[in-house]
Amino acid sequence: MSTVVRIDDVSKQYGSGSNALLALDHVSLAVDKGEFVCLLGASGCGKSTLLSLVAGLDEITGGTLDIGGRHVALMFQEAALFPWLSVAGNVELPLKLQGVGRAERKQRALELLEIVRLGGFGDKRPHELSGGMRQRVALARALAQNADVLLMDEPFGALDAMTRDILHDELERIWREQELTVLFVTHNVREAVRLGDRVILLSSRPGRVIEDFKIDHPRPRRIDSPEVSGQAAEITDRLRAEVARHAN
Amino acid sequence: MPTEFPSARAGLEGAFQPDAFPIVEKPKDPDLAAADRVSGLDSLELGPEKEKGRLGKRIWASTWPKLLAIAIVIGVWQLVYLSEWRPAYVLPAPVDVFAELGSLLTEAKFWDGVRLTMTRAVTGFALAVAIGTVIGAAVSRFTPLRAAIGSLITGLQTMPSIMWFPLAILLFQLGEEAILFVVVIGAAPSVANGLISGIDYVPRTWLRVGQVMGMKGLAKYRHLILPASLPSFVSGLKQGWAFSWRSLMAGELLVIVPGTISIGVRMQTARDLNDAVAVLAYIIVVLVIGILVDQFFNAADGRLRKRWGLTGS
Repeated sequence: MSTVVRIDDVSKQYGSGSNALLALDHVSLAVDKGEFVCLLGASGCGKSTLLSLVAGLDEITGGTLDIGGRHVALMFQEAALFPWLSVAGNVELPLKLQGVGRAERKQRALELLEIVRLGGFGDKRPHELSGGMRQRVALARALAQNADVLLMDEPFGALDAMTRDILHDELERIWREQELTVLFVTHNVREAVRLGDRVILLSSRPGRVIEDFKIDHPRPRRIDSPEVSGQAAEITDRLRAEVARHAN
Repeated sequence: MPTEFPSARAGLEGAFQPDAFPIVEKPKDPDLAAADRVSGLDSLELGPEKEKGRLGKRIWASTWPKLLAIAIVIGVWQLVYLSEWRPAYVLPAPVDVFAELGSLLTEAKFWDGVRLTMTRAVTGFALAVAIGTVIGAAVSRFTPLRAAIGSLITGLQTMPSIMWFPLAILLFQLGEEAILFVVVIGAAPSVANGLISGIDYVPRTWLRVGQVMGMKGLAKYRHLILPASLPSFVSGLKQGWAFSWRSLMAGELLVIVPGTISIGVRMQTARDLNDAVAVLAYIIVVLVIGILVDQFFNAADGRLRKRWGLTGS
């Protein structure tokens, strides 16, 4: 297994002097190719910050971050599709930016929409779809970026439980079929255990790695299975202890 | 390694091992069930398609309130006329005004006047759009420029256009340029402001998505910033049109270019002759043109909003 993302002793500080806020404190983490890694933590643990750093949207202030020049794609809680483009147009846009020709672009976008089971919806506008469908379009758009690493920042946070459950299955399937490497941020412990090969628990203010849980329950998993629930309970206890530490 | 198992069986056997999935063949049964779940959920969440109703019915539904409003206005006008609040040569009856309007519409010279006025309006507006867009883009791009003239643009917007005419006449004498100058200076700030606020309010997540996709420089403007600022820009255009139309009417009344017979000139002549019927007829003409153009902008705006999903329907 080769390492795709190497985060070594990384710190991130916002501002300077007395106003300085240390978001991440000497965080180290390595993600292997094909791995599904969940970053878990309470508010203020800098998990989204870490994702922004990996995505290159923000600069680190200490340590080294090495993604070996690989491409990343990013998904957020909101699908952030562009309303002036059709569903297919949104998926085609990254291909267009890569200089892929028109016919090939159309073909590839259709394939990607098939992968997220939205083959018949290419001509729709984003607002005509439900929240779960929009997130799948966003996933197709991320796949179109041909990225080596998929960064997901609470992508299912705004969806209802049933939709989220089904999208977990879908994401797991697509991750497997497309041999993706995923770095997934969430504050939902069960979701992390449901999806991850590893769950990285971060402390809050400043963000540090508390523990690296290896999840080796067989897949496909169910979020309500005893194994997932049991492990989630164990991690939740650690998380509670961490939150209690911040009491005045 | 997954590629060492080329058969479909390997896929089935490997169902519980994430690494053991050849891409070619997938296990059929669980997949179909999942596909059904997904498409079932989709159709539940989308709900049934809304019936739009027949075209004729929809047009009627949006037309009758307007017709009723016009009828009420004309009715009140007729009542005031009948009350003899003002003599008939100052406030004529609606029927006389509409008769005058009817005969105007058959006059070729009247249409020449409309053409001249509309040519001025379109030229002035087009120039205002070009200048406003360049200024708006420059101001939103360069921070010092924004600090320098950002608030000046808003200030210009509140300036009554009639205040510019004395200066315009000094600069350009009684010529087309004087009118054009005031039309442009009246409309360009609205266009610029529309573009500036459009660019300012591009959602941050869209910018982040663009950045991760690798959009830079021109591509970023072409594929993200400009389309994203379109609704605000269209609002700016609409407002700019209203300002340019008002400035133009003021200009045509004040700056009478010798030898032209624009709507404004005809209005002024009618006033000089105490021809109240004609004055009212020209008021209606200007109102109708204003409404028609506004309808055009509204239609463009409505289409855009519908495509973007910004409307309730």
